[in-house]
Amino acid sequence: MVATNHPPAYKIKKMTWLAHLKANKIKYLMLAPFILLFIVFYIIPVLSSFVLSFTYYNMLQPPRWVGLTNYKILFLEDDIFLISLKNTFAFAIVTGPLSYLLSFFFAWIISNLRFSNAFALAFYAPSITSSIALSVVWTYIFSGDRYGLINKFFIDSGIIDTPIIWLANPDYMLYVVMFVSLWMSMGSGFLVFLAGLRNVPQDLYEAGSIDGIRNKFQEMWMITLPMMKPQLLFGAVMSIVASFAVFDIAVVLTGMPSPNYAAHTIVSHLYDYAFIRFELGYASAISVVLFLLTFTLGRISMRMFSSKDE
Amino acid sequence: MITAAKMVFKPVSRTAYLFYRKWLKGITVKKISLYIVMILLVVFTSAPIIFVISTAFKPLDELFLYPPRFLVMKPTFKNFNDLLMATDSSLVPFSRYLFNSVITTVAIVFFSVVISSMGAFIISKYKLPGTAFIFAVIISALMFPPQVTAIPTYFVISNMGILNTYWALTLPKLAVPFNFFLVKQFMDQIPDQTLEAAKVDGANEWIMFWKIVMPFVKPAWMTVVIFSFIGNWNDFSTPLIYTTSEAMKTLPLAMLGVSNGTVGRMGAAAAGAFVTVMPSIILFIILQRQVMDTMAHSGIKS
Repeated sequence: MVATNHPPAYKIKKMTWLAHLKANKIKYLMLAPFILLFIVFYIIPVLSSFVLSFTYYNMLQPPRWVGLTNYKILFLEDDIFLISLKNTFAFAIVTGPLSYLLSFFFAWIISNLRFSNAFALAFYAPSITSSIALSVVWTYIFSGDRYGLINKFFIDSGIIDTPIIWLANPDYMLYVVMFVSLWMSMGSGFLVFLAGLRNVPQDLYEAGSIDGIRNKFQEMWMITLPMMKPQLLFGAVMSIVASFAVFDIAVVLTGMPSPNYAAHTIVSHLYDYAFIRFELGYASAISVVLFLLTFTLGRISMRMFSSKDE
Repeated sequence: MITAAKMVFKPVSRTAYLFYRKWLKGITVKKISLYIVMILLVVFTSAPIIFVISTAFKPLDELFLYPPRFLVMKPTFKNFNDLLMATDSSLVPFSRYLFNSVITTVAIVFFSVVISSMGAFIISKYKLPGTAFIFAVIISALMFPPQVTAIPTYFVISNMGILNTYWALTLPKLAVPFNFFLVKQFMDQIPDQTLEAAKVDGANEWIMFWKIVMPFVKPAWMTVVIFSFIGNWNDFSTPLIYTTSEAMKTLPLAMLGVSNGTVGRMGAAAAGAFVTVMPSIILFIILQRQVMDTMAHSGIKS
């Protein structure tokens, strides 16, 4: 029998593991703060949201397991949730793509202009400012009496006789909120597009014109857009998330809850159950639905913009 | 005589020519109309901000003028006094809100940049076990709205016993996937040889990070500074959820109270809006160049 000096296998594993840790001590120490905070404030909350969504929990008594009841109530009995779902989708379908297209379009125009930095500031300014601060302006513009800017304009030009109560009339509220948040949402997407456009190598355009590209639109379709895929995806993800998360602008303009729930969004509903009624199990179910929605849409847009030829 | 005339006219005509070359050449009706349309749009997007600024300086009679005037005629600082009065409750002076906003925003911006960049550096440049998985998780975390985690985060914070403290306003916002991602995209561009050369010279990762990596990705973290400043300076939901005491309120939250007040507070509300908006605009103007250079690299590679 040959005696071996090798330690048993499990010991080798342990030792190399320790050696690895020791050799890379600084790397792990530098990574640790982010990972730690990320786990505590992202991973744990998301996981516990999933768990809580299957319980009844009001903060006073310990959570009670109720299975799928929350989801059943949410989709079958809670009419207000369905309203908020409808509003959020209306909002996301109109505002999301519109702000995406507009911000790309303006970025494209501005990148071709002189003083593009000054134009960029003017277009970015609305997203710099806080919705609260600007609500002063919006409540004046959409004020329900005849002194409000829009009412005054319409009355003076003879389109309407009596002032429209924009912010309290359920027929108009959602549109006003859409308009305001469209104006505010040309934010990071716009900046990403602008920089992306500047980053397309100029010689590609020259090569394109030799290859027979005739006008600006062809140039955009065949050269600019394919070159900007990473930025386009980034913008899409950001605008999906932003349009599904609309909340504070709606509350500031129309109050909480809004009359007839006409500007009630999923996040308003979530806020209502979580921080006003303290029905946390139910609120968690709402947040799980919201999470799955944005996550699926984000995945779809990643699929759409990912190119196989790269 | 002729030489004297030449000495006067030559520079003049040269300047005129250069002016023409620089500004007037190639101007067409199409271009001019495009500029006019764009300027009209700029007026539209910037109007409310100009309105806020001018309203903040309006005296009482101009505030309630009918028809309302867009720009201020006789500027006054009275509204800022009113703002101090309106928010100066017996409990907390206005300066406290300002202090809270400044201290939390500065802390978040600073530590978030350092923590995110350190993590991004390791993930971008070194292959440790599990880093690919970690990066995939962070990418998916980009995709959900922050409200989704509001409730459980509340429990985490209350279990840590830091409700109603500055910790509650700052800690949850330090590890931001968006910042992490932006910085990491830039660090991918640092050539590996540079780091290897530094290693040969005896630098460890910590020294490399501060001496080589951070200067290299300056535009990236400048961008993070501006986004995270704007986001946190304007955020009112975090203090609304995690704090209950008046003394912990931040500026936007205090503003919510002023603008919900009576009509007589309109001037004070505008002054408050002015105070809230200006720091972001000034910061943006200062850092804009860096932002522009940075954003081109922020696309998600898939």
